[in-house]
Formats: sequence, structure tokens, C-alpha cells
Amino acid sequence: MNARKADVIIVGGGIMGAATAFFLRKRGMSVILLERGLIGQQASGVNFGNVRRMGRPIEQLPLANRSRETWLKFKELFGDDVELLLNGHLRVGFTPAHEERMAKYAQDAKDFGLDMQMMGAKALRERFPYLGPEITAGCYAPHDGHANPRLAAPIIGRAAVREGAQVFENTEIVSVEKDGEDFRMTAADDRTFRAPVALITAGAWGDRISAKFGEPVPMIAKGPQMCVTEPVPYAIGPTIGAIADVFEQVVFFRQVARGNIVIGGGGHEPVDLENRRAYVNPHRTLYKLKNAPRVVPAFNHLNIIRVWSGIEGYMEDSSPAMGPSARVPGLYYAFGFSGEGFQLGPGVGDVMAELIHTGATTTPIEQYHIGRFAKQAMQAA
Amino acid sequence: MGQCRVIIVGAGPAGVRCAEVLVAAGIRPILVDEGRRDGGQIYRRQPEGFNRSYPTLYGTEAERARSLHQTFESLRGSIDYRPETLAWNIFDRQLYTVSARVSKALPFDALVVCSGATDRLMPVKGWHRAGTYSLGAAQIALKSQACAIGRRVVFAGTGPLLYLVAAQYVKAGAHVEAILDTSSLWKRVRALPKLAARPRVLVNGLSLMRTLRGAGVRIVTGIEPVEIHGSPEDGVSGITYRGRDGSTHQLACDAVALGYHVRPETQLADLARCEFRFDAETRQWLPAVDQDGRSTVPGVYLAGDGARVLGADGAEIAGKLAAWALLQDLGRPVPEAERDALRRERGVMDRFRQGLVEAFPWPAEQAARLPDEAIVCRCEAITAGELRRVVNQMGACEANRAKAFSRVGMGRCQGRYCGHAGAEVIAHAAGVPVEQVGRLRGQAPVKPLSIAVREEVE
Ligand SMILES: Cc1cc2nc3c(=O)[nH]c(=O)nc-3n(C[C@H](O)[C@H](O)[C@H](O)COP(=O)(O)OP(=O)(O)OC[C@H]3O[C@@H](n4cnc5c(N)ncnc54)[C@H](O)[C@@H]3O)c2cc1C
Ligand SMILES: Cc1cc2nc3c(=O)[nH]c(=O)nc-3n(C[C@H](O)[C@H](O)[C@H](O)COP(=O)(O)OP(=O)(O)OC[C@H]3O[C@@H](n4cnc5c(N)ncnc54)[C@H](O)[C@@H]3O)c2cc1C
Repeated sequence: MNARKADVIIVGGGIMGAATAFFLRKRGMSVILLERGLIGQQASGVNFGNVRRMGRPIEQLPLANRSRETWLKFKELFGDDVELLLNGHLRVGFTPAHEERMAKYAQDAKDFGLDMQMMGAKALRERFPYLGPEITAGCYAPHDGHANPRLAAPIIGRAAVREGAQVFENTEIVSVEKDGEDFRMTAADDRTFRAPVALITAGAWGDRISAKFGEPVPMIAKGPQMCVTEPVPYAIGPTIGAIADVFEQVVFFRQVARGNIVIGGGGHEPVDLENRRAYVNPHRTLYKLKNAPRVVPAFNHLNIIRVWSGIEGYMEDSSPAMGPSARVPGLYYAFGFSGEGFQLGPGVGDVMAELIHTGATTTPIEQYHIGRFAKQAMQAA
Repeated sequence: MGQCRVIIVGAGPAGVRCAEVLVAAGIRPILVDEGRRDGGQIYRRQPEGFNRSYPTLYGTEAERARSLHQTFESLRGSIDYRPETLAWNIFDRQLYTVSARVSKALPFDALVVCSGATDRLMPVKGWHRAGTYSLGAAQIALKSQACAIGRRVVFAGTGPLLYLVAAQYVKAGAHVEAILDTSSLWKRVRALPKLAARPRVLVNGLSLMRTLRGAGVRIVTGIEPVEIHGSPEDGVSGITYRGRDGSTHQLACDAVALGYHVRPETQLADLARCEFRFDAETRQWLPAVDQDGRSTVPGVYLAGDGARVLGADGAEIAGKLAAWALLQDLGRPVPEAERDALRRERGVMDRFRQGLVEAFPWPAEQAARLPDEAIVCRCEAITAGELRRVVNQMGACEANRAKAFSRVGMGRCQGRYCGHAGAEVIAHAAGVPVEQVGRLRGQAPVKPLSIAVREEVE
């Protein structure tokens, strides 16, 4: 069988792969995008949907801001509505230490356009009267928001196809080799694909491919736990995240346009990478349901109708592997977004296309270079 | 071996007979049921304080009902019965139950799911109007509360329940405007050899028809429902259907009972991670079971209508067979001759079941003709047109994908009532066999769970 050829092959059709394919086409490069299942079926399609900048590491804010530009033009660029609601992001805390943490972040991030406002208990309750009595402080970022993850990556994928990208779904890549000048990818059914440039956006499975090129990364796959209520009249406004001293006690929620409230939190659960299944542990669900009414007591009057989880790759240092390979010319990575890649997706696509096309980026991403892990390993040895 | 922890979900015919066999073998099972009383669907008991007689409530099945209720009473001291308790999840070999907002995790060595069946529904334009009920709901209103769903009721759909519930309404003195059956008489005649496998049931069925005709109930077969009319304020006011010859007719009524036979309640099997197989005869995905009810997950058994719709007598047999399978897997003796006899009887019932499937087929082709403006998913108010749009324009040819894009199946019922019809709409729009559309993945909770729930350790 003849191999299909393009300037760039992308392995993994989540939001990262789909967005990069789109922006590469915009730059006139030919692209093949290979996805084992359907576009956006894994983490990108089942995540919480937070399009939030607040709380991200300061050094990530330029990238998050670049992504935000794309989110704001989503429909214009990709041709369909993604239910983006820019109702702001509110972080709330229960103790003076939480308040201090929020205030420090607001100070550190003040030059990045988030326009964060600290709010005391009284101001909070005036503006968000449904908040519980235990909450003592909050920080509000008015420009953040949320969107529908079930739609986002598939919309971008379809836009990439319209722009001329060749997208192959149900195509599992089982071997990736550098064969002379070209990378050769072979699918489970023996089809082959060739290109001088390869980008690995395989999400929680990305480390398997990087390891084959001699670049293992310290990443583990885990499943954040989600649930959703029946639809209720629109009342919440911003996405709200509650700080907690114990990770399992963290809860965050957003109300979608239809009225349902999506509630995340309760910790992470192991996942089945082989069978691509992420499970919800009922203890975590119940623990979350116990904690959520501390933030909004009226939640006690609602029912949840479904739980779910998804498979996400978490790096040891909570930062992705993003940029060129340290070992193989023409090879690039963008995976391991550690629970925060949905907001970044469109921006990562834009930046990776820029990097592949021009050899450099106008947004700093050096801190995500995969070579950092080898250096750490050397230092440790 | 007395230590073996066995849980049965469902106190209907299957669950009660299963408990009976286990108790006789010295096991004390936990029996959970979300209902207030035992009996399950068909032998549903009336609330305390109501005093209709067995013949009034259960007709020809009065003796079987009495027998099942008596067996249950005799078991009360030997089982751990938990009424008004919903099994909402299964994880890590624990059954999660909730009752009065307290959730408990019950570890089990063996689990027998006897969750029964509920109505299988095909949408019709206007079926979201107040006054449209499923056949099951119409029957429950009568059996439990002694209420009719309207003053002039049209029964539409197909299946034995269509006639049974209509006849029960007639007997209770309600006015049945008409029975509109999508299947044809001819199909029933052709299925007679298989239906003759259970002469008693067949005779009961024929006598039902006589009752209905005697009462002057209009019965029209080979029809296709076109629209249920009405308004948001006043609910249902009538129904239009197309006759066999293609002509359209309209009937005035204030309620419609709708149903196309029943479908197993399989969420618990799904949560237990049982494998499902496509059943081509009935065009649906069902959990795989062996002849005695073993699922593909060791220690998880499925019995009664929750596994295969064999009716109440078949459920009693299936409950016993599952109990024996469980005992056998524990290395305990089972009465082989009795078991083999019941297996044979079950085989006869399965032949009858096939007869019913052929006599009252699921009208898959209606999904193709459903107008774009008809609502498919009532929880989320999603139309057939919207579902077709995500297939045609967004390439969603698989059930979960179409759900992700359109919200069909994303509401309170989680696709239990719209899933089958939705799959047919997708299959037709995509031009693929319905099998290829797959099935909606089940997730907890089995039914909506209050956020006020608290976890308790036993
Ligand atoms: C439950 C949950 C909640 C989250 N909440 C948020 C949030 O609120 N905000 C936020 O910003 N982020 C959130 N995240 C994180 C975010 O979803 C991810 O960081 C982001 O979607 C990662 O995108 P991706 O394209 O790298 O990965 P994925 O979407 O997982 O895509 C990778 C793709 O690669 C494919 N693939 C893998 N191996 C192969 C192979 N060998 N051949 C072919 N294809 C292959 C996979 O099938 C998959 O489709 C959440 C994640 C989860 C799971
Ligand atoms: C609407 C309707 C009407 C019917 N009418 C007749 C009839 O008149 N004649 C006839 O021969 N057959 C009838 N059938 C079929 C008959 O009901 C069944 O064949 C028979 O009841 C099956 O017995 P079962 O034990 O399998 O299930 P069921 O009798 O349905 O019992 C299942 C039990 O499980 C419980 N349950 C289910 N899920 C859970 C859960 N997650 N947690 C806790 N409890 C749970 C339910 O509350 C119920 O009590 C009817 C079926 C339906 C759906």
C-alpha cells in the first residue's frame, strides 16, 4: 500500500491536534491528522469545560492569553458556536490563608489582563447571594468563562477538514519511526503515513511515543471526577472554584446554558489506559456531594443525573511537554497538559503551527521543553 | 458458606423466587427494591389502606400473585429486606444503595439483578404533551392508585400490554376510545404457531380481545400514529393516525397511553461492567447471559425481564435458575432434575417470546418517517430534525457521539426512554445498520440522586 504523504503528520486528534492541524493549514502546510477513535473523544471532549486563566502558573499566562484571543474569535475562525459563556471565574476560600493565597495571585498576575478583584464576605454575598456562610473571601476574574467541551474539538476538527487537512479517524498508530528524512507512521490496520515533520498530541498516551524516541517523561494518567445536575433556572453566573487544604475537598462548578450545573472535584481516580475507560468512584462522588453544599447550600435541593470521568496525563511538575524534541529533528510534542489543557488548546494549536512553520514562537514556551526531564534525570543521577 | 454475601435487586417475581431458593439453601440475602412494597411490576401491591381484592387487581393472575406475595411474607424473617431503597451504583464489588438520603456501600460476593422492564417507546409528534403516558404508567395509575389517566383514553402502540391495560381500564369502568395497533392481524396469525407454545397465555389473550370487543372498544390494526394533538395549557385533545390504506383519521381523546412492548432495565448490568450483545430480533443491545442467568462478570447474575423479557412466569423461573447457578458456582448442590425441567419450560417460554416479537414488532421504520419537528428526547426537548442534523452535518453516526452533539439521552432518564428510537433515527439518517450505532453508555446514578445524600458505613 502506498503511504499517504504530507508536510506534517499529527498523532492524536484531541483539541491540541485538531487546533494545530487547523492553524498549519492556515499557514499553507499540508497536514495529516491521525486519531485512534473520533476527534475530541478523550480528555478534550469530556473535560469540565473551564476556559479559565485565573490560577494558572504566572509563566503560563502569555500562552493562556494567546489562547483566549482564539476563544473570543471561535465562531468566526472555526465556523460554529461552542457555547462560550464569559461570565467570569470566581475563586472562593474559607480561611485567612486562602484569602492571602488569592490576594498574592491577584498581585502576581496583575499585568496579564485578568482584572481580578478581591472580594470580602459581604461583597461576595451581595453579588452572589447563594454562597454559603462559611465562605470568607473571594477573587473574581470577570473575563474568564467556560465552553462546551463536547463540541469544541470536533468543531475545530471539521474546520481543519474544510481548510484542507486530511483527517483520519479510527486510525490507531502502532508504530512511529524515523526512516531517513521522513517519519513513517503505521496504523493498526497497516496503513502507513509519511511526513518530514511529526507532532505528537496523543494526550495521556503521548509518553508512550516520546519514550520510543528515547525521551521518557514522568507522567501518570488519572481521571478527574465529574457529575451534573438536572437543569435548573439560570442563577449561578461565573464558574466557581472553592479552595481547600485537602485536594479531595476541592469542588468547582459551572452552570451551562441549558441550566444543568456541572460539578467537578473529589479528587482523581486511576484509569484504564489500555481499554480507554475512566471510572468514577462513588466514594468520590459522595464526598464531593458532601462538600459542594458548603459553597452553595441550596445545592442540597438538587439531584445529580450523571457522573463521568476522562483520561488525562499529569506531569510530575504539572506542566506539559511542548515544543521540539531534544533528540530527533523534525519531531515535536504537545501533550501532558495536566488537567488544564482545554483552555490552552486553541492557543497551543496556534503556537505549535507557528513553531513548525517558522522555527520559533512569539509566545514563550521554552519552560515546557521536553529536554528538562532528561536534565533532571542527569542531575538526580 | 453461610458467610456468602448475596444481594438481590428487585422484589418482583424473579427476585422473590431467587430469594426463596437461596433461603432454602441457608443463605440470608439482602433484597433491595425501590418500591414501597414487594411484588414488582405485575404483582404490584396496592398501598396500605387500599382493599381491592386479588381478582380485581390481578384478574386471571390472581392466584399467582397471591402465591408470590405469600412466599414473600414467609421469607420476611429469613432475608434482609430493604424497601424504598434504590440501587444507584455498582463499583468495586459493592452495591451502592440509597434510602431516605443515606447511601450505603454493600459489599457482595454474588449479586442477582432482577430489575424488570419498562416500556419501549417510539416517539410520535406531540407525545410530549401532558396527557401522554406510557402504557406502564397508565397501568400503575390504575393498579396502585385506582386512577385512570383520562376520561377518554386512546391506547396506541403494539404488544400484549396494549390490550391488557386497555382491558383493565374497561373493567375498571374507564372509557377506552380506541386501541390503535401498529402491528397487523396478519403478523399475529403468522406468529400463532410460536404463540401456541403457551396455550394458557394465548387463550387469556384471546379472551382479552373478546372482552374488549364485547365492550365495543374500537380496535384498529396496521396503523401508524401521526400526531398527538393538544395545547400546553390543556394537554392532549386528540390523535391522528394513518390507516393501513394510507388514509388519515382523527380521534378526540384527553389521554393517550403509548407503548411498544417492553425493554429490560439494564443500567445495573452496565455498571457491573457486564458485556452486551446486539439482539437482532428485537433490535437492541442486551447483557449477555447464559441459560441460567450468568453474566460475563463472575458473581453477577441477571434474571427476569431485566435480562430477557419472558413475562412474569418466565421471571419466576429465571429467578430460580439464577439462584441455582449462584449456588452451583459456590460449589453447592442443586436439584438437577428440577433445574432441567425448568430450563425446558424456559425454552418453551422463549419460543412464545419470539412469537410475541413477531406478532408485535418494534416499528423501527417509523423512526425514518418521524417528522423533523417531532421531539425524540423529551427530557431535553430535542427534535428528530436536530438529531438528523448532527448525523448529516457533524458526522455523528454513533449513539454516544450523537448524544454528545445533540443532548439526546442526556436528561433525567439518561436515554432509557428515547435511546432505542434515537438509535433508529441515527441509523436511518446515517444509512447504517442500527447495530452499528451502538448503545448509550450507562453511568451512575441509575436514577437521579439528591445532593443532600450522605454516606453511611454499616
Ligand atoms: C474530566 C476532566 C476534566 C478537565 N477539566 C478541564 C478544565 O476544566 N479546563 C481545562 O483547561 N482543562 C481541563 N482538563 C484537561 C483537558 O481536558 C486536557 O488537558 C486537554 O483536553 C488535552 O487535550 P489533548 O488533545 O492533549 O488530549 P486528548 O483530548 O486526550 O487527545 C489525545 C488524542 O490522542 C489520541 N491518541 C492517543 N494515542 C494515539 C495513537 N497511538 N494513535 C492515534 N491516536 C492516538 C487519543 O485517542 C486522543 O483522542 C480536564 C480533563 C479531564 C479528563
Ligand atoms: C408496565 C408493565 C406492565 C406489565 N404488565 C404485565 C401483565 O399485566 N401481565 C404479565 O404477564 N406481564 C406484565 N408485564 C411484564 C411483567 O411485569 C414482568 O414479566 C414481570 O414483572 C417481570 O418480573 P421481574 O421480577 O423480572 O421484574 P419486575 O416485576 O419488574 O420487578 C423488578 C423490581 O426491581 C425493582 N428495581 C429495579 N431497578 C431497581 C434499582 N435500581 N434499585 C432498586 N430496585 C429496583 C423494581 O422496583 C421492581 O420492583 C408488565 C411489564 C411492564 C413493564
